[in-house]
Amino acid sequence: MRYVFKKCGTMLLTLIVVSLCLFIAFWLISGDPATHILGTGATPERLQALREELGLNAPLFVRYFRWLKGFLTGDLGTSYVYSLPVRDLLASKIPVTFFLAVFSFVLVCLIGIPLGLYTGRHAGGRADKIIMVCNQVIMSIPPFFSGILISWVFGMILHLFAPGGYVPFSKSAPAFFSYMIFPAIAIALPRAAMTAKLLRGSILEEAGKDYTRTAYSRGNTVNGVLFHHVFKNAFLPVLTFLGMSLANMLAGSLVVERVFNIPGMSNTLLTSIGNRDYPVVLAAVMWIAFVIIVINLAVDLLYRVLDPRTAQE
Amino acid sequence: MDRKEEVILEVNHLTIEFHDHDTPERVVDDVNFVLHKQEILGIVGESGSGKSMSALAIAGLLKRHALSLSGEILFDGTDLLTCDRERLRSYQGDEISMIFQEPMTSLNPLQRIGHQMEECLRIHHKEMTKKERYDRAIRTMTAVGLDDAEKLYRMYPHELSGGMRQRVMIGAATIARPKILIADEPTTALDVTIQAQIIALLRKVNVKRETAILFISHDLSLVRQLCHKVIVMQKGRIVESGITEEVFEHPEQPYTQALIEAIPKVEL
Repeated sequence: MRYVFKKCGTMLLTLIVVSLCLFIAFWLISGDPATHILGTGATPERLQALREELGLNAPLFVRYFRWLKGFLTGDLGTSYVYSLPVRDLLASKIPVTFFLAVFSFVLVCLIGIPLGLYTGRHAGGRADKIIMVCNQVIMSIPPFFSGILISWVFGMILHLFAPGGYVPFSKSAPAFFSYMIFPAIAIALPRAAMTAKLLRGSILEEAGKDYTRTAYSRGNTVNGVLFHHVFKNAFLPVLTFLGMSLANMLAGSLVVERVFNIPGMSNTLLTSIGNRDYPVVLAAVMWIAFVIIVINLAVDLLYRVLDPRTAQE
Repeated sequence: MDRKEEVILEVNHLTIEFHDHDTPERVVDDVNFVLHKQEILGIVGESGSGKSMSALAIAGLLKRHALSLSGEILFDGTDLLTCDRERLRSYQGDEISMIFQEPMTSLNPLQRIGHQMEECLRIHHKEMTKKERYDRAIRTMTAVGLDDAEKLYRMYPHELSGGMRQRVMIGAATIARPKILIADEPTTALDVTIQAQIIALLRKVNVKRETAILFISHDLSLVRQLCHKVIVMQKGRIVESGITEEVFEHPEQPYTQALIEAIPKVEL
């Protein structure tokens, strides 16, 4: 329990450091939000007035502490471009990305783990060889390409969904789900392939260890050894990878959101960077940092549950 | 030892060859011996003499397809080299058990001691209830010299010392009361005082549980302390065998003499 509190403290500190770095980064890169909003034809007086209004004239640290104070009290500021509170703006985006990530993650687990188990169990067999070749191919296809391929095959040829025709959950839940399956597959496929390969390798490594021999000497079957002994040991490195994957997916898959025209976080982030809409960018990056830290913490905790050796300090 | 003894294991013309090179490599060559009930038989030899391979073959732990095995290993009227897998598995852990050289890595790091102690019972004695298994595990742990068995039952291997882990291995291997315990260099990885304790424990298992022990070692002084009979192996062949004292007092082969002379003597 003390460990969790300590970790949460570190988490808050990390978030603050991340936000400070971002502020400095924005200060260093050129680009004036006021010019961006009003256009290059605007008079200097109007630009100056808008800068004053947005609070851009204050020194860097004043601006930072103003933002930090808002952040800690739950106020993320107002979007320069949309003139909407950032919180309301992102509140509609995060659930979309969140759903896509969780959906993809479930697919990764459902495809990757059984495949890894099967190929690890039957390593060297014909099925294993075929699966590993397919794996290699799938792993080397970038998501934007598989996204386009999926849109083309399932959308244009098989007419299973309308590419680009995103339907919000609030409008029609079934339409939303049946649309989201395809981007989720595009995100999940390469990661599922990696999970399978990683688990297979890990199983083969564990299968050569002494405790496996002990397990056989007690009269275990091959499956008995695999499921009662090897799997849990072999799963540990895979857990780290799955955690990283989930964090990445929650942070948003930019390419897939673009290809499938999904109004998620990544799309918003990219647009806002182009618009120099700093409050939105800041909030989005804070979300990403938050997600990565939380998932890391969760993986750490899970590790401690699964592997008693790590719990010993 | 002149009474008619019951033979429980008979090894006839055991030959093991590796085929991963162009010319087959014969690591065990025409090995013959018998193990009697409640006997401790030592197999000594240098590394590479084929003693561990023979032990693994008897325990059914060699991959049959990876190397060629010939001859027969008769246990309970069954040839362990040719019988079907299921039959072999029904003996493993229940009638024939094995402990290994490395107690540090021979236990599953993620399973509690108690769970590993009970594994042979879970596999071979499905009729036992959870409570019965637990009681047996606690009794066995106490019998192999693990104090505070209830507490140890819930601990993990990394929390135990090497000597304790080897005791756990011995307990787990003998919990189902096997007829044969194969001990492959069980004390090599342990320091000397622990070594002596483990040897004493094996002797106790042999007497109390009436378990025959096949004791594989390169350490002749340990073999002399523990074993009733001894086999000396060199390059896959048996070069000498007999009652331990006789072999040690009157070694016939120069190889055996050299091995015995290599034992460091403590002079005061």
